[in-house]
Amino acid sequence: MVLRGFRRFRLFFSYFKDLVGQEVTVELKNDLAITGTLHSVDQYLNIKLENTRVVDQDKYPHMLSVRNCFIRGSVVRYVQLPPDGVDVDLLHDAARREARGG
Amino acid sequence: MSWAGPEDIFLSTSLASYLDRKILVLLRDGRKLMGTLRSFDQFANAVLEGACERVIVGEQYCDIPLGLYVIRGENVVLIGDLDTEREELPPHMIRVSETEIKRAQKVEREASELMGTMRKRMEFLDFD
Repeated sequence: MVLRGFRRFRLFFSYFKDLVGQEVTVELKNDLAITGTLHSVDQYLNIKLENTRVVDQDKYPHMLSVRNCFIRGSVVRYVQLPPDGVDVDLLHDAARREARGG
Repeated sequence: MSWAGPEDIFLSTSLASYLDRKILVLLRDGRKLMGTLRSFDQFANAVLEGACERVIVGEQYCDIPLGLYVIRGENVVLIGDLDTEREELPPHMIRVSETEIKRAQKVEREASELMGTMRKRMEFLDFD
């Protein structure tokens, strides 16, 4: 019997695990965008970034001294990746396999 | 927050590394809380000791002390580790009293409400 819940849909979790160490920009649902090095990710797609800097720094003065942060997965709108940071074919195959249920 | 399986042993998005440190918590309603992280769980619920709310209106700011806070995880947007060697705020910002900042907040709120109603009126007029 297949385990339900988070254990089934691990495609993006695995995908983000492979991206650890890369520079990403996370755009949140409250429009705040943060660039940093992807430190870690978990099953809820919570993200930990290191060496962070805010995209529109003047608009968010309170973020000035924040260098590392934890971002709750539920508030992420986009994760912007370096164009060469993705093996699209590999991801495509993985998605097909996941959709097939294998 | 992950349950570290054998393959995840080196990859943990745990808040444990922030324990007993001064952190900034951004909430969904736009509030900014600061304090020492004393406890957390898998839902990002957090206990903040010596918490204060940093209210920022334009160039003015004020820290309103709150005491011991328990934050429900669903309201958390971001938890930031404050680098104590860096300035928390740009130097041009002015610290004001609580009454002053509350007044400034009220003015800002009324101004944005006015913008909102004016926009609605404009949209109404433009409607063909």
